[in-house]
Amino acid sequence: MDFLKIFGREDVSSKDIAKERLRLILVHDRANVSPKFLEMIKSQLIDMISDYMEIDENGLEVKLTRMEKDDDVTVPALVANIPIKKVKHLAKI
Amino acid sequence: MGEVIVITSGKGGVGKTTTTANLGTGLALYKQKKVVMLDADIGLRNLDVVMGLENRIVYDLVDVANGMCRLKQALIKDKRFENLYLMPAAQTKDKTAITPTQMKKLCEELKRDYDYILIDCPAGIEQGFKNAIAGADRALIVTTPEVSAVRDADRIVGLLEAAGFEEPKLIINRLRPDMVKRGDMMDIDDMIDVLAIELLGVIPEDEKIVISTNRGEPAVVDESSKAGQAYRNMIRRLEGEEVPLMKIENIEPNFMDKLRVFFGLKARAK
Repeated sequence: MDFLKIFGREDVSSKDIAKERLRLILVHDRANVSPKFLEMIKSQLIDMISDYMEIDENGLEVKLTRMEKDDDVTVPALVANIPIKKVKHLAKI
Repeated sequence: MGEVIVITSGKGGVGKTTTTANLGTGLALYKQKKVVMLDADIGLRNLDVVMGLENRIVYDLVDVANGMCRLKQALIKDKRFENLYLMPAAQTKDKTAITPTQMKKLCEELKRDYDYILIDCPAGIEQGFKNAIAGADRALIVTTPEVSAVRDADRIVGLLEAAGFEEPKLIINRLRPDMVKRGDMMDIDDMIDVLAIELLGVIPEDEKIVISTNRGEPAVVDESSKAGQAYRNMIRRLEGEEVPLMKIENIEPNFMDKLRVFFGLKARAK
């Protein structure tokens, strides 16, 4: 997580930590996304992907974050981290 | 026709009441405006105490709303300042004792006779907040340079926009230039950047605020108080003057330059 990196580095001032945390909090607040909502997305992702791959369901992480676009504008982004155990070999149609 | 301004924040303890008292007193004293400070925090009234008028309450906001007395009977005239009045909140009732419709009607009535009606909004976003903003024309949002306070301010910005308020303005309270300088407190740009609303003013942390609250005399009348100076500048801005942000000691010059650029002001900071 970005956060831990920030905490680990001593040359980052506490106000920068505050600002980064605040930005992330506001992304959530403004998007009005509840943890329950994210859980729903998560379970549907598992269902869908399981048809093609065997995934580590416990290691699956879905979170709302910010992403910098090329023009220096940051936008909210939904990031899913899905550890793959095995790719299913589907019969070719 | 007067203007109704609600002073709000979401989070408690960031300085809504102090701000209401200082802006109200300043507008009456320095701008000779007829001002009513209305305490909308029913059940937890404090504006009377900050103003040192707690012993003069007979009727309150709820009495007026329910027709128990006439409007003028509940208005306390501050004898120290010409044209300054306080409408106290009820202390023994709760926020459901009045409705947004009643507040709207009350504000309309006050606007006929007074230049400014400043509403001290309770903390939170429930009924008390809805009552407080119901009759307001403009909104000021108070925050402090803390994650929790700015977060709540952001929520308020959203709710105010949803309620049809255009361009609420931000007041940053209790800024500590020494902490900003060493990178341990969010600076003005940080907060403006995150909240994306216009700034009305910045009040430095000042122990004179505590002292003035002890005495029940707003710091805005204290010429030696930095916070008082910040409030005096804000009053001029409310009246449409362009006043550069005061030079808060210990903030690097290039930082102040940045601010001036931000505000498009050429004048030197006082």
